[in-house]
Amino acid sequence: MATKLPPVDIVIIGMGWTGGILAKELGPTGLKIVVLERGAPRSPQNDFAVPYIRDELRFAQRNDMMMDVSQDTYTIRNNPSETALPMRRLGSFLPGEGVGGAGAHWNGVTWRWPDHELRIRSKYEERYGKNYIPADMQLQDWGVSGPELEPYYDRFEYVAGISGKAGNLKGQIQKEGNPFEDPRAREYPLPPLLQNHAGQIFWKAAKDLGYHPFIRPTANASQPYTNPDGMKIGQCQYCGFCERFGCEANAKGSPNITVIPVALRNPNVELRTYAWVTKVLKDSTGKKATGVLYVNVLTGEEIEQPADLVIIAAYQLSNVHLMLVSGIGKPYDPATQSGVVGKNYAYQAGAGVTLFFEDKSFNPFIATGGWGTSLDDFHTNWNFDRAAHGGIGGAYITVGGSNGRPIAYRPVPGGTPQWGSEWKRAVAKWYHSAVSISASASVMPNRVNYLDLDPTYTNRFGQPLMRMTFDFRENEHKLVKHAAGIIGGIGKAMKPTRMGTPTPRLSWSVVPYQSTHNTGGAVMGIDPNTSALNQHCQSWDLSNVFVTGASAFPHNSGYNPTGPVGALAYRMADAIREKYLKRPGLLI
Amino acid sequence: MTDKNSGLGRRQFLGGAGVAGVAAAATLAPVAPANAQAPAAAPSPPPAGYTFFQPQEALFIEAAVDHMVPKDELTPSGTDIGIATYIDRALSGGWGKGDRLYLRGPWPRGTANQGYQLPLTPAALYRAAIGGANEHCRKTFGQTFDRCSAAQKETFLQELSGGKITLAGGLPGRAFFGMLYQNVMEGMFADPIYGGNRDKIAWKMIGFPGVAANNAENIKKYNDGRRFAANPVGIADMS
Repeated sequence: MATKLPPVDIVIIGMGWTGGILAKELGPTGLKIVVLERGAPRSPQNDFAVPYIRDELRFAQRNDMMMDVSQDTYTIRNNPSETALPMRRLGSFLPGEGVGGAGAHWNGVTWRWPDHELRIRSKYEERYGKNYIPADMQLQDWGVSGPELEPYYDRFEYVAGISGKAGNLKGQIQKEGNPFEDPRAREYPLPPLLQNHAGQIFWKAAKDLGYHPFIRPTANASQPYTNPDGMKIGQCQYCGFCERFGCEANAKGSPNITVIPVALRNPNVELRTYAWVTKVLKDSTGKKATGVLYVNVLTGEEIEQPADLVIIAAYQLSNVHLMLVSGIGKPYDPATQSGVVGKNYAYQAGAGVTLFFEDKSFNPFIATGGWGTSLDDFHTNWNFDRAAHGGIGGAYITVGGSNGRPIAYRPVPGGTPQWGSEWKRAVAKWYHSAVSISASASVMPNRVNYLDLDPTYTNRFGQPLMRMTFDFRENEHKLVKHAAGIIGGIGKAMKPTRMGTPTPRLSWSVVPYQSTHNTGGAVMGIDPNTSALNQHCQSWDLSNVFVTGASAFPHNSGYNPTGPVGALAYRMADAIREKYLKRPGLLI
Repeated sequence: MTDKNSGLGRRQFLGGAGVAGVAAAATLAPVAPANAQAPAAAPSPPPAGYTFFQPQEALFIEAAVDHMVPKDELTPSGTDIGIATYIDRALSGGWGKGDRLYLRGPWPRGTANQGYQLPLTPAALYRAAIGGANEHCRKTFGQTFDRCSAAQKETFLQELSGGKITLAGGLPGRAFFGMLYQNVMEGMFADPIYGGNRDKIAWKMIGFPGVAANNAENIKKYNDGRRFAANPVGIADMS
């Protein structure tokens, strides 16, 4: 029998970026807020201290800051005809666990997804006609427009301390920014990061080819910064221990040094760590949540926390899992294409090529997380004619280089032996002299890419694991093959000594790391028949349940997701504070 | 491995091999690029003894790491830079016992895209697979792996890595090779606190400066194709 605690006004599940934003924004209402985080507490001064934190084996290989899959994981398969098997080790993606979530160990890349992504179905139908969208592609508008989201992108960028250069200030195209971005009201809070030598060569080659390179916007602070909440962010030291690590210089805009400590200053906001929510509880009508059930994983005790409002703010996949095991919204069925929870799961596609320059050293270890020189000519550029290759979406292209940590980073030209003296000589020769060009491509929803509960495998509490059915489909193949051609052309123009073959990813494997940009499964929209959440990310079925995060994305672009994840969280906080709390019920 | 310290160690006793290792470190040539600091001439010896490997397993693992990371102008042998020690410690520690590994069944084989699907902890996989590898080598070459010629070792490792060998009990050889290869790379390039990469020899080999990295000034100075060189610093140096 669970121990029942006195009720609170609001329960927030998960203390990462969005849980932190909601707790901080709703704290001033004076309502009693409890945040339940299934992982450990984290303090940057101890958990991110040097030299402890600069341990590639512990943090980058053994994934010390990530979800522990011995306790809870997902089953995976490429197609409904296969038997899904558990992801027994982390690989393809790395969900966070503990205070800060994945926001503690992210790289920092922060984009504004443009209006033509948010109104994707309308825009493609308008430009290319209804027949251009394949029948098995469940493409849908988000229910929010670019101009509506602009002020919320702005808030997130100023809180996280994003370094970048505007490309479009109130309609005026800015030199050296991304000219294809939507208009923004003001500059980034910080100037862009410095560019490395690889970026300079890429920049020149891209310009010569008529493209529009710019320095990628990211939460690695180019200068010391104080955010609007008075939180101090240090200057990035280009240490090369960023993604998968916490930042000892407090130079990475993370929730741990911004929204979370601000939220917790408020005495009516309480954080309980090691509190693993297993279920959102409903009343007898099934139309209202009454609170949550959680396990104190330090003692094993099961606890019921009643609440008037439940905000699900865990990782994208955990959000969908919690909705499925709690019966919030109708599960999606790919056979009939009915139901909403689990549909439109997407990931990110891509292509890459490695270049080698015999006479140059790029010092790969002098680097930082979101660093890169990018171009958006084949992605956010709406004038790029997709009909030529038939795809929907696109790919943005980057020369990055976040680190030179040598357990994982040892580029050698194709044909090099895997071991022996010849291998060692090649590693020593090329370690400093390689440059990778990568393309990050959209993934459009497909009828048979979805999430549901696995019939066989269970987690530590005996709950069914979530089953992921996913592969890159025809549309993604078109995008990545096109992108591979583009990066090959840029690579040649950079005049390397040697260059590999541009390689598109055509099938999804759970083994090599690709990105932690999992999206969809609890998508937002304007029609309860096709979306689990309304345009404020409120459950259509249980109006006192809101769901944050990339689970709300009806499709995935080539961009990193955190910009809209942060913006939608701020927008949700405004909607709850200004509308919902004044008149609880479904927001229209 | 103790041969280096005692003169007559387990390796000679078991395998009857000639005296090995003593001169390995001394013959290490200066390897670093001209603008880097010279590496230490002689790595300190790895600690004697193993916590996980049985004597016959130790012969296998030392032979494997010495074949993959041979003594040459760049580094001493894999065993002498601590890779075997690193793997031994990893296997007797939490990782070897299955930390962060989902081990519930059932256990169908699965597709390559579904990744590792064996019901074995890393330690259990090594134990079974080393026995199977020696059995395969005895059948194929007439002797255990450690006694095989360099060419035979190369053939075996190539076939193991290429998925051409199924080990005793039906173990897929490639699954073992994948783990072994990853562990060899970890033992070579991880911070020396884990027992490998002795004296940061692999970091010196490539010019990785280690963990003391405040590059806010270096990024301005070294963004024109010139090489930044520094004597590498490990966690122990900063502790």
